[in-house]
Amino acid sequence: MHEKHQLQDILHVLEHYLPSQAPLKDFIHHNTLHAFQDQPFHKGLHAAQQLFGFQTYLSLEAYRDLYTKGAISADSLDRALADQNELTKDQLFHFETATENPTVVGSYRLQWKKKLGFDLDARVHPLLFRIVNSFLDQGIAIWRFPTNGLPFLAALRQMESENTASIFSGERARNCFLNPAFTLQDALDLLVGDQRAFENYLYDQQFAHPGYAGMIAQIANRPNLLVLKREISFEDFVLLECLLEIDALDQHHGSWIPAAKLGLETYQFDPKQVLSTTAQKLKAIWQDAYEWTYYDQVLASLQQKVSHDQPKVSSIGIFCIDDRECSIRRHIEQLNPSFLSFGTPGHFNIETYFQAHGSLQRTKICPAPVQPTHLIVERSVAQKKQKEWHFDARAYGLLIGWVLTHTYGFWSALKLALSILWPSKNTMAVSSQQHMDPDATLSIEHVEGQRTPDGLQIGFTVEEMTAIVGGMFKSIGLQNQFSPLVYLIAHGSSSANNTHYAGYDCGACSGRPGSVNARVFAHMANHPMVRQALRNKQIDIPDQTHFVPILQDTARDEFIYYDLNQIPPHLVDVFEADRAIFANACQLNAVERSRRFITVNSHAQPKKVYQKVQLRTVSLFEPRPELNHATNALCIVGRRQFSRDIFLDRRAFLNSYDYRIDPAGDSLSGILNAVAPVCGGINLEYYFSRVDNEQLGAGSKLPHNVMGLLGVANGVDGDLRTGLPSQMIEIHDPYRLMVIVEQKAQVVLAAISRNPNTFEWFANEWVRLVSYDPDTNSFAVFKNGQFQAYQPQGTTEKLSDNLLEKLIQTHENYPVVELSNIAS
Amino acid sequence: MNTTYFVHGFLGLPILGFLISLFLSSKKEGALSVLSYSTAFLQLLLVLVFSGSWLLHGAVPVQFKEISVYRSENYDFFIDFLVDKLTLTFAFLGASLTFLITIYSRYYLHRESGYKRFFNTILFFNIGYSIIIFSGNMETLFIGWEILGVSSFLLIAFYRERLLPVKNALKVFSVYRIGDIGVILAMWLLHHFWHENVTFLEMNRTVTLHEHLAQNSGVGLLIATLFYLSAAAKSAQLPFSSWLPRAMEGPTPSSAIFYGSMSVHIGAFLLLRTLHFWENQLYFKFGLVFAGLLTAVIATVISRVQSTVKSQIAYASVAQIGLIFIEIAFGWENIALLHILGNAFLRTYQLLISPSIVSYKIREQLYEVPAQENKSSWFKSFMDRYYVLSLKEWNLDNGLYSVLWNPLKKIGRGWKVLNFRYVFWLMALILGIGLLLRFNEAILAPVVRERLPFFFAFWGFLMAVKAFTERDSVRKSLTLIMFNHVSISLALSFNAHFDNAHHVWYLSGIVLAWAIGYFLLTRMRKTEWISLDNFYGHIYEYPKTGFVFLLVCLGLSGFPITPSFIGEDLIFSHIELDQFGLAFFTAFSLVINGLATMRIYARVFLGPHVKNYHQIAKRSS
Repeated sequence: MHEKHQLQDILHVLEHYLPSQAPLKDFIHHNTLHAFQDQPFHKGLHAAQQLFGFQTYLSLEAYRDLYTKGAISADSLDRALADQNELTKDQLFHFETATENPTVVGSYRLQWKKKLGFDLDARVHPLLFRIVNSFLDQGIAIWRFPTNGLPFLAALRQMESENTASIFSGERARNCFLNPAFTLQDALDLLVGDQRAFENYLYDQQFAHPGYAGMIAQIANRPNLLVLKREISFEDFVLLECLLEIDALDQHHGSWIPAAKLGLETYQFDPKQVLSTTAQKLKAIWQDAYEWTYYDQVLASLQQKVSHDQPKVSSIGIFCIDDRECSIRRHIEQLNPSFLSFGTPGHFNIETYFQAHGSLQRTKICPAPVQPTHLIVERSVAQKKQKEWHFDARAYGLLIGWVLTHTYGFWSALKLALSILWPSKNTMAVSSQQHMDPDATLSIEHVEGQRTPDGLQIGFTVEEMTAIVGGMFKSIGLQNQFSPLVYLIAHGSSSANNTHYAGYDCGACSGRPGSVNARVFAHMANHPMVRQALRNKQIDIPDQTHFVPILQDTARDEFIYYDLNQIPPHLVDVFEADRAIFANACQLNAVERSRRFITVNSHAQPKKVYQKVQLRTVSLFEPRPELNHATNALCIVGRRQFSRDIFLDRRAFLNSYDYRIDPAGDSLSGILNAVAPVCGGINLEYYFSRVDNEQLGAGSKLPHNVMGLLGVANGVDGDLRTGLPSQMIEIHDPYRLMVIVEQKAQVVLAAISRNPNTFEWFANEWVRLVSYDPDTNSFAVFKNGQFQAYQPQGTTEKLSDNLLEKLIQTHENYPVVELSNIAS
Repeated sequence: MNTTYFVHGFLGLPILGFLISLFLSSKKEGALSVLSYSTAFLQLLLVLVFSGSWLLHGAVPVQFKEISVYRSENYDFFIDFLVDKLTLTFAFLGASLTFLITIYSRYYLHRESGYKRFFNTILFFNIGYSIIIFSGNMETLFIGWEILGVSSFLLIAFYRERLLPVKNALKVFSVYRIGDIGVILAMWLLHHFWHENVTFLEMNRTVTLHEHLAQNSGVGLLIATLFYLSAAAKSAQLPFSSWLPRAMEGPTPSSAIFYGSMSVHIGAFLLLRTLHFWENQLYFKFGLVFAGLLTAVIATVISRVQSTVKSQIAYASVAQIGLIFIEIAFGWENIALLHILGNAFLRTYQLLISPSIVSYKIREQLYEVPAQENKSSWFKSFMDRYYVLSLKEWNLDNGLYSVLWNPLKKIGRGWKVLNFRYVFWLMALILGIGLLLRFNEAILAPVVRERLPFFFAFWGFLMAVKAFTERDSVRKSLTLIMFNHVSISLALSFNAHFDNAHHVWYLSGIVLAWAIGYFLLTRMRKTEWISLDNFYGHIYEYPKTGFVFLLVCLGLSGFPITPSFIGEDLIFSHIELDQFGLAFFTAFSLVINGLATMRIYARVFLGPHVKNYHQIAKRSS
């Protein structure tokens, strides 16, 4: 019994280090090295590199190159160097890296492989992947794995006893497999033969294919991730792999002895005990200097600029915190200086499931960790299904296929030619508008007693609405400044031929467009009884104020408006004026974004550029419909005037917060509890996918093959690839996220101390934290568990006009500059 | 339009494009892609205009002899072209798809580090494809055939820094080499069948054909079977089908056009091209229908259990090609051509849009909850008994491996003890004795002399196997490959007395390639550890050496860049019709040689780099 426990403990810890990516439909950004987050950032990175062989920084040559180019300043380098007293400047520039760094995990198996004289993995992996992928397949295979409702191994056993062929080549492994009493312990006794080496063996075995191992661990723990229900446990998967190994060894060697009897050297797996190497310490210094070169510019300009109060507010827009909203807000504000914008997580405080019309499934449209108790149901008359016969099972048939190739084959030729020569909207492309029918009615108001059989409440009561609306306004600091029209601008994205499309939509809505959330929130805020109730909470929404829901398509730069018929007649003119500004801003935004796309000429007519940018979202051959969160580096939590006048080049998440109404940090605590995992998760996934695109990212997406709708792999025999493809991260600069909070240091400290998980993010510096004290115009950086004063060294240029003209001269990052005073 | 100009234009365009593309900077994405798609566009224009005028002028097949590359008394190695309906259909297919896909790749591959390499290879592939479809005789076809094989290898191993693409490229290349045996032996038999090198048109001329077939029905059947072997290998028919899904390692557009359409239908092309040769051989036609049917059924069954989108498309395509083979067997040329076009376009498009299946299916599942299980019926429960077998691809992949390569490995590993020096001296000794005997043949008893060709051919074969299975010294393997050729040359010199110039033709390129290769390896050994026990990925640090070494490998395996290519064919013409064993071992060692050289290139230069100071992909990815 004791042994069994020990084995399960090993597997349990092992699972923690596996990639935690869900199947593609629920792609959500997270810290790739989450398992090391209990250690300080640099220590964690060093341990991860030595144990698993990941690259966790850029190369020393790359840092030196950045220094030469000025992307790392001498000043920041000196400061970073002064933070320690072990290494010298000379080493920074002249230390030679070793060409080969032994990796700990995998070393046991490598010795074994040499003794065996053949590549066991090469024999076992293809069949193992095939079996497990077929079992978990969510709809690619026409002929499904005959599970008969059984769990993984039981289904396989049943098949094994009834099938004409066996998955095993030899009798021994097959007999062990058919015997349900044969456990993983038994298999390891055969393979390894020594309890003490089990841990090494299992780590080496599983981290040879982290993609599938991770996916199975995820599915085992959260079976609801799958639409086609499949029951599998991680241990069963490992057992099958061991049996296939036994089988392959039997076939290859006839008689063989357990690995531990071959005198292989074992290793200790203990991330806390890893000692940093000189090269790693040097890279840590370089990385800090690299980050601070940029941070310092930002802080310097924040300190220098003069804050202006918004003189008069004509209209208000509430946007998502997303870094992609950074520029569209700027464009609207520059076109209409009396426009006031806010930022908050794009689910707009609405925690619910959504069920589309005619759909039998629910999708979560709030942050992933939340377990909603509500449901919004869509009722519509529109037909949503569009069939694409190329994906139809018949196209793969033999005799029907014979007829189809003779006939439809030529239709394919035509479609092929059209889609390449004249790309246009098509059934394959993902559109942000598919999520919800604009004319549909949503079950927003709860009718007494309406619940789903499994207990979800359909719609919200007035009290709940009041709490949601009030909570959101309080958190962003909007209490009595309401303009006649207030826009709720959710976002989503459109793309074609994109397996990772879920990662392009709103992260706060669990990777879906936020259109439903915007409509639901607007409805709530327009609700007379909600307004009445809010007045008791010091939130006074004037009767003539109206909320308008909008969906911004971040790839197409389009605004899609909802519920326009509800705009009161006296506000129609105001709306039309705003709409014209939004349209203009969208075009400017498209031109600004186009500067990063080398294949678009940004200097052409703005209208042409706009069309080209939009064309990318329907072109099958465009792997970069938009660049998503690439270059993200900042998160600013504060009033709009705190950062409105500086140019941040779409690199900042912007969350509105008014320190004046939150002296105890209650709202701030809530904001940072979301910012750390959501923005930090996005930022670190980009960071790690960038520094090691081969092991922590998904590599180039061009050869990707869709595996069972679960994930992607290269070719047909490969392991699942986790992380982001190279096309998403190639222009990303690997900076950690710096969260800048406009609030006194002691309040910030109190706010983060309330939640140990949040505190860990900042204390271990996986996300940086800076407090800005508005009274003293000074900064304090959170370091080693406390705030320390920081004085920026740099100065900032002031940019008077023609920003866009200057921007499109370069594909590269543009320095932080102070914008011309738009308010005056 | 003048046919000669048309053919020169159609073939000249990709050759010109390829040569220019080699000299363009890898940073010039625009120039590289414009060059590629304008080449294909001009080809498309040419074929459309020509086809129009050709149809108006009665659609008569046109054949013309381009040039005699080598000529002696009873031997003429000449390049010959043929233009007919089959040629023009494939030309249209190739040009239109290449045009569309190069435009597609222009954007799709933007910023990819192998951008230039990709377009170089596509142009190179285009050359091979064009030569095949315009070829008027087997010799010309074989040139294109070889180019196609090598460019396929390079496209599959496009992501050369990962293990699986490289291994799969080798796997596919080895199947292609089996197809090459078919072509080489068919060429040899045809030569004897007609007592000269014939063109396809002559081959199909009914009167003479019937005469010959009546005399040699066994040889006729053998030739037809060899055609099938080559066609089946290239078109992924049984028992070779499992290579097709494994070829899907390159960027999706290249998989789409090459393994969805152009490359995979070349087998059907070969059968159509030789249709008249075998159309009256009833046994062969039965066999062809049977093989086609078997492939169609088994590939369909395998396709249905595939849980990855690309392998599903690959097997569905194989199944349709099985049907195409049946259509060809029945002589339904037009239906087969239509089917080829339809299948090619359909699979290309399906592969191109394959990433979209994620969003499409997930969206579809919102509205139609997929059944949790297969529908139950007696048929399904019957079929479920074949699920595991289908999942294991009917053991095609493992089967091919264990039938073909395991025996070779056993032979090769048998004499592990010999280190480089011993092997070298042993070889030198045997070859020395051989040469000595060659010039003093008078002393040999006729019985011995008759057996010597076979002895040396077999000895050469052993050298090739040893080179192929060597796990340690790279230079030893390379030298053994060279020795293999020398051995074959010696064997044939005992067989028939012919002009020594033939040997010079044959060995010149090989020895030169070996010398350069040996030099490069020796130079590299000074700084790097190289061996054949693993993939080393040295191309990361030695891209130029790697490129030159690739040329060396091509030279060593008799690729049409050196005179050795013609020499090979020449040498074969000296094997008599009744010496099938000699012919077989000679052909087989050429095939193994080709594999051994590409294996050296792959192991030394490709795969995950041994130095992990930079990003390196997992072996399983």
